[in-house]
Amino acid sequence: MTAAAGATVATRERQQGKKRFDAVPYLFILPQLVFFVIFVAWPFVLGLALSLFEYDVLRPEATKFVGLENYAHLFTPGTVEFPVFWNALINTVEFVLLSVPLLILVPLGMALLLNTKLPGRNYFRAIYFAPWVLSSAVVGLLGFWIFQSQGGLVNYYLKALGLDQPRWLSTMPWAWFAVVITTVWWTAGFNMVILLAALQNIPASLYEAAAIDGASAWQRFRHVTIPGLRPVLLFIIIITVIASFNLFAQPFFMTEGGPAQPGGGGATEPIMMRIYNEGFVRYRMGSAAAMSFVVAAIMIAVSYANFRLFRVREE
Amino acid sequence: MTGLAAQPQARPSLLSLRQKKITSRILIYFLLFFIAAVIIIPLAWMVSTSFKPKSEWFMPQIYWIPRTFTLQNYQSIFNNPALPMVRWFANSLLVATSVTVLVLVVDSLAGYAYARMKFRGRNVIFSLLLVTMFLPGMMFLIPNFLTVNALGWLNSYAGLIAPALAGVFGVFFMRQFFLSLPKELEEAAYIDGATRLQTFRHIALPLARPALATLGIITFLASWNDFLWPLLVLRDRNLLTLPPGLSTLQGAYTSEYGQMMAGAVITALPVLLLYIVLQRYIVESVQTTGLKG
Repeated sequence: MTAAAGATVATRERQQGKKRFDAVPYLFILPQLVFFVIFVAWPFVLGLALSLFEYDVLRPEATKFVGLENYAHLFTPGTVEFPVFWNALINTVEFVLLSVPLLILVPLGMALLLNTKLPGRNYFRAIYFAPWVLSSAVVGLLGFWIFQSQGGLVNYYLKALGLDQPRWLSTMPWAWFAVVITTVWWTAGFNMVILLAALQNIPASLYEAAAIDGASAWQRFRHVTIPGLRPVLLFIIIITVIASFNLFAQPFFMTEGGPAQPGGGGATEPIMMRIYNEGFVRYRMGSAAAMSFVVAAIMIAVSYANFRLFRVREE
Repeated sequence: MTGLAAQPQARPSLLSLRQKKITSRILIYFLLFFIAAVIIIPLAWMVSTSFKPKSEWFMPQIYWIPRTFTLQNYQSIFNNPALPMVRWFANSLLVATSVTVLVLVVDSLAGYAYARMKFRGRNVIFSLLLVTMFLPGMMFLIPNFLTVNALGWLNSYAGLIAPALAGVFGVFFMRQFFLSLPKELEEAAYIDGATRLQTFRHIALPLARPALATLGIITFLASWNDFLWPLLVLRDRNLLTLPPGLSTLQGAYTSEYGQMMAGAVITALPVLLLYIVLQRYIVESVQTTGLKG
C-alpha cells in the first residue's frame, strides 16, 4: 500500500484493477456478509426446502419428504391446518384494515396540529413519540392491565361516566378494539414524526400562492398538503401494513389470541401467533415454514399493490 | 380545524379575524393537551400501580398517588428465585450493547466499501442486500431457529447477537452517509500514504459520528425491545432478556398486577431515560431515516 504514496486514487485503482486481485474491499464487506449469508440468504433456501418436509426439531429422525403437501393442506378444506390458518390470516387482515387507517389518520391529525408555530410544540412532539421506544412486551402487559374488565383503568372511567363496561379482553369485538387501541397508542407517534417532517418540507410559498388564488383552508389541504405528502404517505402506508401484519405481542399478552371460537382458533389470533404455535407449540416446523412463505408472498403482493396504486395516481 | 374552512366570508372584519385566531389556538391547545394526556396516563398508571399494595389495585376509588407507598411489588419479584429479574436486566444490557457495538463495526465497514471502493461484484451484491430489505421477517423465523439450533446456539447470547448482525438497513444507511461526504479529505490521506483501513478509521469514521449515533440508538432500542426472537431462542430462565421475561412474569403472577407493572417499569425505565436525555436526537433520527427510506 505504501507504494501508492504520491499517486492519485484513480490511477492507483486502475493499476490495482489491472495488476492484481484487490482483496481489501472484500475484507471490508466480509464481516457483515458472513452473517447475511447465514441468517438471510441461507434461511431463504432452507425455509423453502423445509416447507417440503414434515419436520420436528425434537424428533429429527422422523423427518419425511412430503412435497407440496404442507402447502396443499393450507388450501384444502377439511385438513387440521385449513381452518386455523385461514382464521388467523383473516384475523390479521381484519386487524390491518382496522389499524392502518387509524395509524394514518390519527398521526396525520397529530402532525397537522403540531405543524404550527405554537410555543411548546416540541414538548408535545416528544410526548407523542415516547411510547414508540417501549418494547412490545411492555405495551402488551400494560394493555393487559388497563383493559382488565375488573379493576382496569378503562372500565373504571367508563363506569364513572355511567357507560357500559365491556369485558374487553374476552368478548368480541371488544378484544380487537383493545388490541387496536393499544397498538395505535404505541406507534402513532412514529408515523406522526415522519409526517410532520414531510409537512415541514412543503414550501410555504405553495400555500401562499394558493391563498392568493383564493383557495380555502380545505382546498389548500386537498391540493397542496396531500400532493406534497404523497410519497411519504406511500412509505408510511407500506411500513404500517407490514408492521400490522407482524402483530404478535399485543394479543400474546392481552388476549392470548382468544376468545375461542366454535370454528376453532382464537378470534384475535394473528397469523404470527399461528405460525408460532404451529412451529414451536405443535413442533410442526415444515408446515409452519410453508405458512410463513404463503403469508410473506401475500405481504409482498400487498406492498407491491400499494406501491402501484400510489404511483399510478401520481402520474 | 374544519370550522376554519367552513365560511369563506368575503371580507371579515379585523376583530372577527383575531377572535377566530384566538379560538382556533384554544382549540388546538385543547386537542394537544388531550392527546398528551392519553399518551401519558397509561405510563403514569403503570408506575403508580407498581408502587401500590395489593389492597389499592382495584379500589372503588382510584388514587393516582398511592396512599400507602410500597416497594413490596419490586421486592417480591426480586426475591423470587424463579424470576431472576436482575439477571434478565444484565442479559438485556449485555446483548443490546454487544449487538449495537458489533452492528456499528460491521455495517460501517461494509457501508464504506459499498460507498467508496470499486470491486468486482459490488453492484450485484449490494442489490441483493437491498432486495432482502423488502422481504417479510417472518420468512426467516423458522429456518433461523433451525440454523441457530444446528450451531448449538439455542439458550445462548450468541443465538441472539449473531442474527442481529445480518441486517441490511445499517449497511444501506452507512453507505448513504459516506456517499454524502466530500471525497477530498480521503484523497488527501491517500496522497499522504495512508492505507484504506487507516483512511477509513481516521478520516471517514470520525466524520460519520452523527450517522453512527443514529444507527447506534436505533439498534440499541430494537435489540433491547426485541420480544419474539428471544422468546424462541431462550428457554433457560436464567438467560432470558427482559421482554420474554415479562411473559414469564405474567405467567407466574396471573392477577398480581403490582408485580407485573413493577416488571414493566424495570423493562421500560432504561429506554425511557435514554429517550428523555436524547429525546430531540432520537426523534430527529427517526425522521431522517424514515424520510430517506
